[in-house]
Amino acid sequence: MGDVFSFQMPESITDSKPEKVVCGPGLRRNGDEVLVCKSGILRHKQPNLYWIDSQQRRYVPGKGESVIGIITAKSGDIFKVDVGGSEQASLSYLAFEGATKRNRPNVQVGDLVYSQFIIANKDMEPELVCIDSCGRANGMGVFGAGGLLFKVSLGLVRRLLAPQSEIAKDLEKMFPFEIVVGMNGRVWVKSKTIQQTLIVANLLESCENMTAQQRQTLFRRVADGSI
Amino acid sequence: MRDTPLSNCERDFLLKAIQEKKRLDGRQTYDYRSIKISFGTDYGCCFVDLGKTRIMAQVSCELITPKENRPNEGLIFFNIELSPMASPAFEMGRQSELLVKLNRQLERCLRNSKCIDTESLCVVSGEKVWQIRVDVHLLNHDGNLMDAASIAAIAALCHFRRPDVGIQGEEVTVYSTEERDPIPLSIYHMPICVSFSFFQQGTYLLVDPCEREERVMDGLLMIAMNKHREICSIQSSGGIMLLKDQVLRCSKIASVKVSEITELINKALENDKKARKTGGKFGFAESLPQERITALKTDVSHVEMSDVKEKANEIVQRAEVPPQTVPSPVLTAPGTGQVGEGLENSWGLKEEEEEEEEDETVELKMELEEGHEEKGRGDVVVISDSDSEEEDVVILNQVTTKEKASSSNQQGAVASKQQQKKKGQ
Repeated sequence: MGDVFSFQMPESITDSKPEKVVCGPGLRRNGDEVLVCKSGILRHKQPNLYWIDSQQRRYVPGKGESVIGIITAKSGDIFKVDVGGSEQASLSYLAFEGATKRNRPNVQVGDLVYSQFIIANKDMEPELVCIDSCGRANGMGVFGAGGLLFKVSLGLVRRLLAPQSEIAKDLEKMFPFEIVVGMNGRVWVKSKTIQQTLIVANLLESCENMTAQQRQTLFRRVADGSI
Repeated sequence: MRDTPLSNCERDFLLKAIQEKKRLDGRQTYDYRSIKISFGTDYGCCFVDLGKTRIMAQVSCELITPKENRPNEGLIFFNIELSPMASPAFEMGRQSELLVKLNRQLERCLRNSKCIDTESLCVVSGEKVWQIRVDVHLLNHDGNLMDAASIAAIAALCHFRRPDVGIQGEEVTVYSTEERDPIPLSIYHMPICVSFSFFQQGTYLLVDPCEREERVMDGLLMIAMNKHREICSIQSSGGIMLLKDQVLRCSKIASVKVSEITELINKALENDKKARKTGGKFGFAESLPQERITALKTDVSHVEMSDVKEKANEIVQRAEVPPQTVPSPVLTAPGTGQVGEGLENSWGLKEEEEEEEEDETVELKMELEEGHEEKGRGDVVVISDSDSEEEDVVILNQVTTKEKASSSNQQGAVASKQQQKKKGQ
């Protein structure tokens, strides 16, 4: 088991009542104690959110997360989708926008789908859908002709999807491209030429462990070289 | 565990990129990935990194009875294992097609080419021969397993040393590594495989395909060659139709690559030999880059610096005068020199004894100085004026003592006498 840590309240705020503390990923409660169960850096967000930033490449399905899946099989009413976890997820053919029993969606084996988990726990087979609660696609569905799919670590993916992502901003300055980021570590990129697509893919794969400084110098160097 | 399936868009993209002569990692069509060869601490253990593909080969030997139809030839046995840690597609214990193919190719490449002299492995004809066993383990699969396996196997064979054997009449003794240095195998040449992958029915060709390129390829041509431009084996799989000039072109490319790789292997072997000879550290652990973060790191600790200057001055003032420098070495005999007279024994002797000893030593010195001129050509000189703990300090094979030596000896003796007196006070 990992380290146990507790919260030391500084003297100035003893008058306020102890609030509920929200434990994010990597932390687990054990009665009164909070235990660390993943290695990484402890982060804190006001007012009461704590979590561990860890490096991981293997994806574990979580409810509500949007991922890029690869269709592996078509069997009856459902598609089997590989999401990079321990099990393949199932995706019903009715879970697409405008799909009915007569009007089946145009999905082939080997296609990429951007979908969301509705069931994802350790006891059941994970299930995906390509529509939101109102029945609209909202950006999900089959995609991917002409781009390149590659795999990065989960930490990088979270950094890319953060609201004010520095990496995304730096990348935007390079050249125009389309990008789909799945929470299972898969990223799909498409740009005007194959060369540019390859450049973006290689940059993302390599800026994993760089500081912001190094990343910006690298991007600048590539931008100067390619133009 | 199932391997990740290849999506349609990846396949289309790769094929389109190859049509534009672009590879995923930016290599050119005929470029190899960077090859790194390192050896372990045992003889015969070799690690090869071909880009991200990682293979380990280990060579071992044992004495067995030879085959009946070849009584004076040793045996070589190859075994490739696909470890499940290399790729999720490999499962332990299951004989997959790929495994059989790799094993067969490695055997053809190394055994049928007769690169190892098997007759030199014979100890007693018909009864005892050496069996050399090469175990190749795949540690990470990122394409082009055959090339990496052949490089690892031949480098390990070149690195290996078998125990020395002595035959005296009927008796055969196998010497261990400590008794006699082990001897290397006799290897005639180094066959190395080069793989070419073909796409779009043979239109496009790539050397050293990585794992994703291997998945979309149509066919594979594997040429095993040595640096003397002799082809050891050719194999084409995948059922593609190749033209004659394509195959010839591939063999020309292969000869260039093989000579580069052979040079690399030789350099690695040289480095390892040098490291072992000079006693430097060698082996797998040393070949890893030192990425120590916290070794010898201590937190910054604050030191009291307020009264350092006064304390330092105090200490300096209280300290004794440093001893005088001793005179230049006295050559008492060819090959021996004496610097100073040694310090007084400070192991808790009583003062009276010290004084007595002093008188004695003074007398002895006088005698000795007289005796020096007398002895002159004595073989053995006993120096008992030094305060060493040993009883006598004896110098053997003394030819002559010059007068200069004796006079400086005298001076030295006087100086030390003064020192002793001072210390006695």
